[in-house]
Amino acid sequence: MKQYIFLPHTADTKFQAYGKTLEESFTNAALALTDVITDPKKIKANIKKIIKVESEDEKALLYDFLEQFLILIDTESFLLNKINKMEIKKTKTKLYLTAEIIGDNKIKDYDIKTTIKAVTYQEMEIKKDKDKYMVQVVLDL
Amino acid sequence: MMEKENIEIKKISEVLWEIPKSKGMKVPCRVFASEKLLEKMKQDRTLVQGKNVAYLPGIYKYSMVMPDGHEGYGFPIGGVAALDYENGGISPGGIGYDINCGVRLLRSNLKREEVQPKINEIIDNLFKFCPAGLGSSNIRVDTNKIDQILKNGAKWAVENGYGNKEDLEHSEENGCMKEAEPKYVSDGAKKRGQKQIATLGSGNHFLEVQYVDEIYDKEAAKSFGIEKKGQVMFMIHCGSRGLGHQVCSDYLREMEKTYPEVVAKLPDRELIYAPSGSELCKKYFGAMAAAANFAWCNRHVLGHQTRLAVNAVFKDAKIETIYDVAHNIAKVEEHIIDGKLTKVFLHRKGATRAFGPGREEIPKDYRKVGQPIILPGSMGTASYLLVGTNDSMELTFGSTAHGAGRVMSRHEAISRFRGENIVKDLEKRGIHVKGASMQGIAEEASEAYKDIDEVVEVSHKAGIGKKVCRLVPLGVIKG
Repeated sequence: MKQYIFLPHTADTKFQAYGKTLEESFTNAALALTDVITDPKKIKANIKKIIKVESEDEKALLYDFLEQFLILIDTESFLLNKINKMEIKKTKTKLYLTAEIIGDNKIKDYDIKTTIKAVTYQEMEIKKDKDKYMVQVVLDL
Repeated sequence: MMEKENIEIKKISEVLWEIPKSKGMKVPCRVFASEKLLEKMKQDRTLVQGKNVAYLPGIYKYSMVMPDGHEGYGFPIGGVAALDYENGGISPGGIGYDINCGVRLLRSNLKREEVQPKINEIIDNLFKFCPAGLGSSNIRVDTNKIDQILKNGAKWAVENGYGNKEDLEHSEENGCMKEAEPKYVSDGAKKRGQKQIATLGSGNHFLEVQYVDEIYDKEAAKSFGIEKKGQVMFMIHCGSRGLGHQVCSDYLREMEKTYPEVVAKLPDRELIYAPSGSELCKKYFGAMAAAANFAWCNRHVLGHQTRLAVNAVFKDAKIETIYDVAHNIAKVEEHIIDGKLTKVFLHRKGATRAFGPGREEIPKDYRKVGQPIILPGSMGTASYLLVGTNDSMELTFGSTAHGAGRVMSRHEAISRFRGENIVKDLEKRGIHVKGASMQGIAEEASEAYKDIDEVVEVSHKAGIGKKVCRLVPLGVIKG
């Protein structure tokens, strides 16, 4: 199974990320987002961080989770290499995500292709088909 | 899933179309386009989004789409909507993530013939003085100073030794929206902006060295300080960077959480708005104005840096600001609607204010001819300077297009063009390009954009922004 693919979109960038679990599809979405900026495989595993997000529904959770990476780039120059652990917990009214993310903050060491302005809800999808999850996201560049 | 609705559209004139009112729409949608541009809009969700905007409360006359309209999020890019000040609201999707993305145009007393041979040197200098891509600012400010910038915009810059009073006088809002409330901007947003003052960013942002290639309206051109063909200009296109993006995102999310019942009734989650008079409406408008001030400070300082970079090559060059326009913003404006002076939240998302002669918002020295409108083209193509008209006040609440508008995805552009080849081709045509990344250059290939000449023709013919002069690039810095 592919981790993610990019699709055509007039102004911005659209991708689909896949996974056997919701957590895996979210993880791959974070890697796809990073891949728009630079190749995540080339990022050194120098720094470990824990991020926590809580939101009112699955789409909002995906939005809030991905946005964390844009904030980390601007404020700490942090680029993602991989996500070690992720857990999504659901209650009646909220969803909670915790992830251990690994990457590097020496942004000048990497070849930056472009930057991202924002995550959007445009054409956002989260689908479960048998044992496979698919999330689709449009990024504003 | 791609929504490919069959949309009924009526022709009003060669350059104006109407989508009649249907279920949910409070007013019809009007589209300013030639047949060719309309065809392109039908290829993506532009028209569906134009229709969706008509669902918003207190919307007056029409939801409007400007000639360069293309698919956005919530509103289309090129969307204009006036919502009642008391019975409407304000929608972050009608402003965009890049709050006060805009354009500044500077004129010089330099001639094309003297600049062309030194263009490489000038571009290299500009690249040093005006960081692009993820490059961070030469100007570091602490949180306390950020608040001053958010409150005072470009005025902060003048007080701190960047640029001058004349720059302020020749900017929309004089480079500062007085409604700004830094306390409504989150710490996260402020933190994102801290290292980004006076940086271009990336995407479609650029700094161009241009010359006047054609003058259509001598009187207006003269008022704007443009005397002759060949006069060299500098154009800066950028916005509020991470700070503005975060303000938009913060409030979009807060509005969603506060008004789930409103979201449920809207055709698109990103059309969420804060109703007039609500606490969130007050907060978002104050935060948006603060982000707009950050952007004005950015472009103002970049204008100052441009002067330094050019003066290092041409010691005596005189560089002055013609004007600075915002094309992602909401304003409280008064318009005559059905014969009555009405206060509205005017949303312009990928649209430029185009006020006609006489309006007091226009600098004194331009008031007789109208407001300058700056329409940047795509990389390597022409840009235009237009002037606002009285007709635009009637037809579009004083608004027109904001540039060329994309037709091709970045994805497709990357697969079809190579940055290196584009640089070589442009070099052959005498245009020197320097970018933060080759992919960034490929994404911005001119073929990925609508024909700017066509967009400008529609604006001119519709009477919502008249041609003053055409500008052609000599050198480009791509963010």
